[in-house]
Amino acid sequence: MTAPVIEVSHVTRRFGAVVALDDVSLAVQPGELVGMLGPNGAGKTTLLSLVNGLRKPDAGTIRLFGGDPRTPASRVRLGSTPQETGLPPTLKVAEVVDFVGRHYPNPRPTGDLLEQFGLSEMARRQAGGLSGGEKRRLAVALALVGNPALVLLDEPTTGLDVDGRHMLWAALRDYHASGGTIVLTSHYLEEVQALAERVVVIDHGHVLADDALDVVIGRVAVRRVALTLPDAADLVALRGLPGVVDVSEVGNGVNRAELLTADADALVRELVRTDTAFSDLEVRSASLEEAFLALTRKEVAA
Amino acid sequence: MSTAPTMSTAPTMNTAPTMGTLSLAVLHARYQVLETIRIPIAVIGNMLFPALAMLFFVVPQSVVARDPVTATADTGQLAMFAVMSTCLFSFGLGAAEDRALPFEPYLRTLPAGPVPQMIGRMFSGAVFALLGLIPLVLIAWLFTAATVTPRQTLLSLLVIVGVALPFLGLGLGIGYSMSPKAAIAVVQVVLFPMAFAGGLFMPPEIFPRWLDVFSKTLPSRAGRDLLVQALTGLHASATAIPVLLGWGILFAVFAVWAYRRDEGRRFR
Repeated sequence: MTAPVIEVSHVTRRFGAVVALDDVSLAVQPGELVGMLGPNGAGKTTLLSLVNGLRKPDAGTIRLFGGDPRTPASRVRLGSTPQETGLPPTLKVAEVVDFVGRHYPNPRPTGDLLEQFGLSEMARRQAGGLSGGEKRRLAVALALVGNPALVLLDEPTTGLDVDGRHMLWAALRDYHASGGTIVLTSHYLEEVQALAERVVVIDHGHVLADDALDVVIGRVAVRRVALTLPDAADLVALRGLPGVVDVSEVGNGVNRAELLTADADALVRELVRTDTAFSDLEVRSASLEEAFLALTRKEVAA
Repeated sequence: MSTAPTMSTAPTMNTAPTMGTLSLAVLHARYQVLETIRIPIAVIGNMLFPALAMLFFVVPQSVVARDPVTATADTGQLAMFAVMSTCLFSFGLGAAEDRALPFEPYLRTLPAGPVPQMIGRMFSGAVFALLGLIPLVLIAWLFTAATVTPRQTLLSLLVIVGVALPFLGLGLGIGYSMSPKAAIAVVQVVLFPMAFAGGLFMPPEIFPRWLDVFSKTLPSRAGRDLLVQALTGLHASATAIPVLLGWGILFAVFAVWAYRRDEGRRFR
């Protein structure tokens, strides 16, 4: 058993009165590809800023390659991304890559890296003149320039078009296949689904789920079923239907209810089989936000 | 990817060697110089002001321009202004602007402490301060009777570095404690009155008595007097060195306080 690349134990981090992370524990092993999923403000970025040494926890400990992430030596094998808006505008693309690469003992050749990220033609352009998508690609390329053993990516493909996104995904898969460890955050279920092997769901500073991709997807991929019942008493019975994780009444005296369920087909079949009187049936996929809410309520109830 | 990161096989080793502080400092200096010269007007503006002041206010006054001692002294006081202005603008405003960029926190995630960046900033500041002196010295040499011996030149360069240090502290203190908009206002409010009262635009010999007394308590005046002494041999008052030291300590404390406070606020 090799030692973990990242070891977070009982970490709490507050910003004033807001608790960004509440007693979080998490370990990432070498070679893992972990997706951190959660709505905005869930605590994902705070967690990354503790791992890359930018901030320190109020309580608990963080180890990066077994050391304190706040000492430069612990970060020699770490790669992370700047926010795309933060590139020095007057430096040329190749210069930015070169500048960051020279902080590492064994950097990748600038030309190779730019080639891989489709930025070769922009090498002589100033970073301030790149399009949003090009800046995003450059930002992710910077995470890989030092030949790191671990990369932390905060929303790597936000604002990219489909081509750009697939190019980035391919580069990250290559890196992972060559033995690299990746931790990425996203609020896109699709992105996490495309890349991650393990998924950690965070909300309100708590780890709600930490499991293999398909297990977590099964839990958060819920559908929202809305219907109107003639009799208010029937609302109670809905809770017992198959796969229902949450029931909320819309109210307004019309007895309309919204159900979140993992299997909408089975639910509707059951409604019909039990001869439940309903009208205005509506089925749609739930947003990630709704799925998280369902997950949160279930955790609290459990 | 062609090069597999073989280091990932030994993730427990936490004493991986970082790059040397000196080579990182050189790297940061190089890129800071590069970033600045990509905006040529910033460099030219910096070189132009003291040179123009020399051209308009010293060269046309033949009494001053033809006298070797006063011409050299005037060159010295404008040089003092150039150095002061570079310190306050490039460190004060430069640090405040860098802090406002998201690239700054990113740099802190790289395997380097804050020292290389700080040394790099000092180095690039020194380069542009000296660059700012070139046109001034050229004009003095070509159009006035100003004259120095090689020994005086060398001594003056050392003195310039010495008198620049307190202003470096003041600049960094401003840069790390304020937003760019506040910093530019504060730098201007501090720079011009301090330059005027320090005798950098008008020689202190023509000051009324009360202003001369007040002037001698200012770091700009102390720096000017020491630089003029190095250039011409005109003796600075005995208080110049203690005054400069006193302000130097005060500004150094301010800079350290501002840096720590900033770090505590942003990266707690």
